Amino acid sequence: MCSGGTLSILRSDSYVDLSQYRDQHFRGTRYDQERLLRKSCTLYVGNLSFYTTEEQIHELFGKSGDIKKIIMGLDKVKKTACGFCFVEYYARGDAENAMRYINGTRLDDRIIRTDWDAGFKEGRQYGRGRSGGQVRDEYRQDYDAGRGGYGKTVQCQ
Amino acid sequence: MDARLLPEKLTVYTTLVGLLNARNYNFGGEFVEAMIRQLKECLKVNMYNEAVHLVRFLSDLVNCHVIAAPSMVAMFENFVSVTQEEDVPQVRCDWYIFAFLSSLPWVGKELYEKKDAEMDRLLSQTESYLKRRQKIHVPMLQVWTADKPHPQEEYLDCLWSQIQKLKKDRWQERHILRPYLAFDSILCEALQHNLPPFTPPPHTEDSVYPMPRVIFRMFDYTDDPEGPVMPGSHSVERFVIEENLHCIIKSHWKERKTCAAQLLSYPGNNKIPLNYHIVEVIFAELFQLPSPPHIEVMYTTLLIELCKLQPGSLPQVLAQATEMLYMRLDTMNTTCVDRFINWFSHHLSNFQFRWSWEDWSDCLTQDLEKPKPKFVREVLEKCMRLSYHQRIIDIVPASFSVLSPANPVCIYKYGDENNRSLPGYTVALCLTIAIKNKAGNDEIFSILKDVPNPNQDDDDDEGFTFNPLKIEVFVQTLLHLAAKSFSHSFSALAKFHEVFKTLAESDEGKLHVLRVVYEVWKNHPQMIAVLVDKMIRTQIVDCAAVANWIFSSELAHDFTRFYIWEILHSTIRKMNKHVLKIHKELEDTKARLARQHKRRDSDDDDRSSDREDGPLEEQIERLQEKVESAQSEQKNLFLVIFQRFIMLLTEHLVRCETGGIDVFTPWYKSCIERLQQIFLQHHQIIQQYMVTFENLLFTAELDHHILAVFQQFCALQA
Repeated sequence: MCSGGTLSILRSDSYVDLSQYRDQHFRGTRYDQERLLRKSCTLYVGNLSFYTTEEQIHELFGKSGDIKKIIMGLDKVKKTACGFCFVEYYARGDAENAMRYINGTRLDDRIIRTDWDAGFKEGRQYGRGRSGGQVRDEYRQDYDAGRGGYGKTVQCQ
Repeated sequence: MDARLLPEKLTVYTTLVGLLNARNYNFGGEFVEAMIRQLKECLKVNMYNEAVHLVRFLSDLVNCHVIAAPSMVAMFENFVSVTQEEDVPQVRCDWYIFAFLSSLPWVGKELYEKKDAEMDRLLSQTESYLKRRQKIHVPMLQVWTADKPHPQEEYLDCLWSQIQKLKKDRWQERHILRPYLAFDSILCEALQHNLPPFTPPPHTEDSVYPMPRVIFRMFDYTDDPEGPVMPGSHSVERFVIEENLHCIIKSHWKERKTCAAQLLSYPGNNKIPLNYHIVEVIFAELFQLPSPPHIEVMYTTLLIELCKLQPGSLPQVLAQATEMLYMRLDTMNTTCVDRFINWFSHHLSNFQFRWSWEDWSDCLTQDLEKPKPKFVREVLEKCMRLSYHQRIIDIVPASFSVLSPANPVCIYKYGDENNRSLPGYTVALCLTIAIKNKAGNDEIFSILKDVPNPNQDDDDDEGFTFNPLKIEVFVQTLLHLAAKSFSHSFSALAKFHEVFKTLAESDEGKLHVLRVVYEVWKNHPQMIAVLVDKMIRTQIVDCAAVANWIFSSELAHDFTRFYIWEILHSTIRKMNKHVLKIHKELEDTKARLARQHKRRDSDDDDRSSDREDGPLEEQIERLQEKVESAQSEQKNLFLVIFQRFIMLLTEHLVRCETGGIDVFTPWYKSCIERLQQIFLQHHQIIQQYMVTFENLLFTAELDHHILAVFQQFCALQA
């Protein structure tokens, strides 16, 4: 009568599950990293426009709870916003609600993506792409007005 | 116990149990016993919503020939007899009546067929209970104060009308899917079980019953003239549909895509205007008083998912609903308007802010304090927070510019050359240069030393007593220099924390800091809110100072603006969380001590016993004091808030009475509903200090308008 399948659907909280992504620069074991991710109150937020402000992020993410800190992602060379940020909440439950209800919705007209982060450390606010921005902006072929136009390699052609 | 988790699929599971019982009598018996045990458990631990579904499940088992009808009637007789108990809260009796009545759509027919005399008696007892019960609480829970176009009925009254109509229709109920009908030939052969006599667990001090509700209705059959007919407000079908849709949300609230899919695949899609029911049920939850069952942002995202799944039909229903809600803003409860503002602005931000604003130009000719223009202003302000100022100017017609938000720029009084003659102007310049040159707290103190105190006559100002000019010059300059972003401002607060703490040491100092923050950032309410939050968390100001500031005359102009109340409620919540945190620390430390004792008791070695206890016991004593002091601060915060409300409202009432003008101005409606909101949003905490509030503030001498709010609140758990 009670199929395991149905029960697992009922207990499912898939928006809060860990994604496949693991930060390759993380110092520590895979196990440590996952342990930190599972109790983290910090979210990585991606696909922001370069023009999205801390204020807009605060307004949107404040809808799931009190925000402790926002750290804007910066181009390593230019020190300007490069389309990502970290949002840290005081309570894990508030971060979970952001994963459930803010992830995949729009900010500044763009669908943004949130993921668990093991915790901010100095240096992690910088893009890791060769040109200073995020890696994804190095190689992409499409034109994205909110993220500096074409990808860096395309621009250099 | 899937049925408990998926109550909207109740009849599928009861049919299954029925078939199993037909095959194996003992299984049926054990199952029923297990359910009864579970029901008792739920009632003991205040899980009343789950208990209702268990009762309904048991009722439907009568339809599946698992439980004998007379024994079910007997159980309901015990439920209804709770209304005869003396000295129990009304909400206790309410629940038992609700559990009885709400099962009748499923099993009324069967029970009436077998035991009509007993059922008539039960219904008549129910009717007389409903007639004599108190309904003082109703105005506080209604979303609209008007009865047109749809009366906002008390939930038991509505259910009673629905059951009466069902009885008149000879218990014919056509909406619920009843799979067991298809298996009648098997099921009617089954042996039935008798429910053991069920005594409702007695009322205890720890019992917390569900709060009463008001049924939210916004649609009727006239709203979708081309589609299937929407069941009437007193039809039992309406009750069943709404119950099931609420259950689906309750089951799947964490998974928005699943939730949307489950809602849209609710059976009966072509016989009922499902989209309308879904939208109505979602708004019912969003606007529920005191609070929605789930976090507000869930409903925004759920509606977006529904629009994605039904792009050809749902957005139109949603637009129609928005229009209707706008039309009825004049009588909508202020707290619900807040939620409407938050929902609508967030929703629009996901759809490029596309809206037919011209349809709402009627609000432009009204006084700006009236609900409709006020709503549009607040929505545009919130939309701006999610985008930027120019965007908002672009999306509304030019005629709406009077409602557009101010450009959120900082106002620096010492930055204007015309203000050269202001006292403190030169000090401000000095400070600016110093801070730009990375000065520390000490240098700031020494620059500020020369600032005269307009409040004091003699010059030997030894310490840093309250000096409003010092505060003004320092705070204006610093906030101006850090105006670039929230992070810049937070860094500034952190770097010069020492200066802030010293200048704001006194209560007047704290109040003045808040005043100056407002003067600098009055165009940017969002910045004010985050700065106040940070200043409380870093203990530059305390919660009581914020409360006093909100009720101060300087803020009277902004008193009805949404952001003010967001700040106040956020402040109260921080206070509440603080108390809980210290309380938890105390409990954890007590638990550690208990574990230590236990370990020692099991060891034979008692040499070091008392020594070990020392530090922990000291810690507990310290924490105990901390808890008491935090609770005292919490109680004081509410006292300040209530006192200020009473003063403000009394002033207005006296002025109106002596002037012979009508009390019910838009300001008054807003203010009294804000007072209600304090009670509703923080009811659990307020309950703890009820005696104090009743004795000190809400006495019989108070104007009856104000006292009514208090009495309605008391009625909620009476």
